Amino acid sequence: MKYLKQFGIILIISFCSELLKKLIPLSIPASVYGIILMLIVLKTKIVRVDSVKETANFLLDIMPILFVPAGVGLLTSWKIIQTKLVSLLVVVLSTTIIVMVVTGRVTQAVIKHEKRKKNERSVE
Amino acid sequence: MKEVLNSSVFFSVMLTIIGYELGISLKKKFHYAIFNPLLVDIIFVILVLVIFDVDYENYNAGAKNLTYLLTPATVCLAIPLYQQFDLLKHNLKAIFAGIVSGVFTSLGSVFILAYLFGLSHEEYVTLLPKSITTAIGMGVSEQLGGIVTITVAAIIITGVFGNMAAEWILNFFHIKDPVAKGIAIGTAAHAVGTAKALEMGEIEGAMSSLSITVAGLLTVIGASIFANIL
Repeated sequence: MKYLKQFGIILIISFCSELLKKLIPLSIPASVYGIILMLIVLKTKIVRVDSVKETANFLLDIMPILFVPAGVGLLTSWKIIQTKLVSLLVVVLSTTIIVMVVTGRVTQAVIKHEKRKKNERSVE
Repeated sequence: MKEVLNSSVFFSVMLTIIGYELGISLKKKFHYAIFNPLLVDIIFVILVLVIFDVDYENYNAGAKNLTYLLTPATVCLAIPLYQQFDLLKHNLKAIFAGIVSGVFTSLGSVFILAYLFGLSHEEYVTLLPKSITTAIGMGVSEQLGGIVTITVAAIIITGVFGNMAAEWILNFFHIKDPVAKGIAIGTAAHAVGTAKALEMGEIEGAMSSLSITVAGLLTVIGASIFANIL
């Protein structure tokens, strides 16, 4: 019964996040409220990690294939996409590379900077 | 045969899983980034549907059971984040500096390219939310008057490309710190990229999950500002 209970807890959080989406008039999806909500119940020890862990790992493990139906769905909007395909691909691919590089380099630089500051402080 | 494929309860999910396993074995054999299991799976399913003349609606009647699990699975991203919470507190400044610069780079680079390509205002706002998770991105595009179908396409292509190319891009630009890797993937390629980050390691996965949430929320605000300048 372990898995059933774990899945039940995850669905309760998912349902509550859908409720929040209905109550809060912003264009934020239920799943984003869900991440925050799950983090809160774990942090406040209302739910212990052990009581969701195995089922959560299963869901995270199969996550990539959950995006496949949406990807296949591009088939239905192919006629609209086709007219803009070249500019769409150029913009999408180049900005994805640029964003990944800038984000990674900035994060890495600040981490290094903070470490150096800490080391200097400990030397003093 | 066609009738069975169009009405089977299990065909869609079975096909989707077979396609993914096929992608995994291709990846193991050839090691090229192009054999990304997610990309192979999408192409495999599209080919089978076209060859056997199965309607997308009929495929989706079964495949929507997978989509149904997407919210519960996304909720579970909080678990690696919880387990790495100390790391988050420890690197708070770096993480927020990274995500904020990433979000503005995304909006800024779409602006520059839209200007260079002479895209219309409608096409420009359509692409503004391309780096964030589908559900938020659709809302942003709709609110700004974009073409939602193309926004969804841009978001999916971004995610699949990010998932496929992340290892190569991060290596090439010497991004080695696991926190920085996770933040970079999540900010650039949302949940689809995060699936890759989770494979790299728990720290990468946790940081990528965090970025989906923060970058998504920042883009809601940032895109409405950027929408006014072109």
